[in-house]
Amino acid sequence: MFSTLPLSDSASILHFGNRIDPAVNRQVHLLAAALALDPLPGVIETVPGYVSLVVHYDPLILNHAQVADWLACHSDSAESILTRPAQRIEVPVEYGGEDGLDLAFVAAYCHLTPAEVIRIHSETEYTVYMMGFSPGFAYMGKIPAALVTPRLETPRTCVHAGTVAIAGEQTGIYPIDSPGGWRLLGHTNLLPFMALRNPPFLFAPGDTILFRPERSAA
Amino acid sequence: MLEIITASILTTVQDAGRHGWQAFGVPVSGPMDAFAHRAANLLVGNPAEAAALEIGYSSAAFLAHQDCLIAAAGPGFTLTVNDRPMHMWTAVYVRENWRFQLDKTDSGNWATLAIHGGIQTPLVLGSRATYLRTTLGADPARPLQASDLIPIGAPSRPLLELASRTMPLRLNYSPNPTIHVIPGPQISCFTPASLSTFYASTYTISPTSDRIGYRLNGPALERTVTGELLSEGMVRGCIQIPADGLPIVMQADCPTTGGYPKIVSVISVSQPILAQVPVGTGEIRFAETTIEKAQAGYREMMNSLEKSIIQPLPDDYSW
Repeated sequence: MFSTLPLSDSASILHFGNRIDPAVNRQVHLLAAALALDPLPGVIETVPGYVSLVVHYDPLILNHAQVADWLACHSDSAESILTRPAQRIEVPVEYGGEDGLDLAFVAAYCHLTPAEVIRIHSETEYTVYMMGFSPGFAYMGKIPAALVTPRLETPRTCVHAGTVAIAGEQTGIYPIDSPGGWRLLGHTNLLPFMALRNPPFLFAPGDTILFRPERSAA
Repeated sequence: MLEIITASILTTVQDAGRHGWQAFGVPVSGPMDAFAHRAANLLVGNPAEAAALEIGYSSAAFLAHQDCLIAAAGPGFTLTVNDRPMHMWTAVYVRENWRFQLDKTDSGNWATLAIHGGIQTPLVLGSRATYLRTTLGADPARPLQASDLIPIGAPSRPLLELASRTMPLRLNYSPNPTIHVIPGPQISCFTPASLSTFYASTYTISPTSDRIGYRLNGPALERTVTGELLSEGMVRGCIQIPADGLPIVMQADCPTTGGYPKIVSVISVSQPILAQVPVGTGEIRFAETTIEKAQAGYREMMNSLEKSIIQPLPDDYSW
């Protein structure tokens, strides 16, 4: 079901495939949950990807062969309970404007009007596949083929928290001010991450996300 | 309390790292030099993971508001307490109202200053490590600056019992080191010629480097596979090769995931050595090793660290 390689001398990486595929992604999360239910002392945490899983461990306690053996025991993971039930979340978005700098570019690239870009983006239901890049950043997919646009060649040095963006088959919301290479479509007041909020993170893998236009840029 | 009189260019609170939240995109952070961090904590009788100060790139000065026991570790810095030179890598007793400072005098980037009792800033997501992109470990999110007050935990032992403990063991810190690496998961994305170039060349650290990653200047590396990978987990030590072919070494604040091919990763024993290479001038060469040797070497280094701490007899005091 997966291959295992060292990522470093303190982590192993499992690969399940090489395309964004909901069934494969589900296998990743099921394995992560199964490993959490059968913990190996010395394993610190696991990080799911689209089609990958990284296992971080303490090399003072475990070596890579021991981790590989433990993983091999779980290659047929049964259904298991995810840590929090999947949620359906609506994200209100002001498309265009100061945080939607690439709306016109995406429209031109896809041979659509900006209104059509907004319609297609907001009428699609997305699944959260994985989290990474910044605290609380959820990778959501898949963007319909009609809207697939490559990322920037050179990332911007600062994209504001709350910016809604797309790149390839992915969409997401920047949780904190950071550099960013995705195409910017608009802004939401929902903050995916706040360190002292309960809960700190709004999104989790498995969630269904809908973007709701508040005011179009027409 | 400890008061900052002069902050260095980048002074932050770091414990051993913020673990358990990488699946939500939260970096581990923690010290750039895990060896010096661990040594300083053990010298003052703290748990190895205790929060300490990381002093980056330049000199810093402090005022003790109470009697305390400190230890400073890291290459390129010297310690002066109450105007007297003191040893680095040694537990030093500091009296209330004494000033002490760490001066940057030689090659090296990061010093750890540990204090018995540990730094007691608030835990955020279970850790005191600082990630300045957001309010993790620092609120407002900024480096420490002059007049900041650092809370210290109550002593768990009489401080004078621990004073003068010292550690003769050192890592092979060098401004021109050989850094050992193991193959990365995407090493097959690189041409044999590129791999030969990588191992035969010297690289320097670009001034655009920071706690997130060290960008290297040197020969660019050519990929056999263009286009991007799907984002997947990453770890400190991984060397990513973006489109321009110049290596980026992931450091303490690196993102939890990434989409560039990872050619090799720096082994844990070599990570502190690389972190301390002088920006711009230090020349780095890479050499391949096996994961078995890397992990065995790491265990030996960390286990011998604690064993190497010695308590001099009173007659041995040199001052």
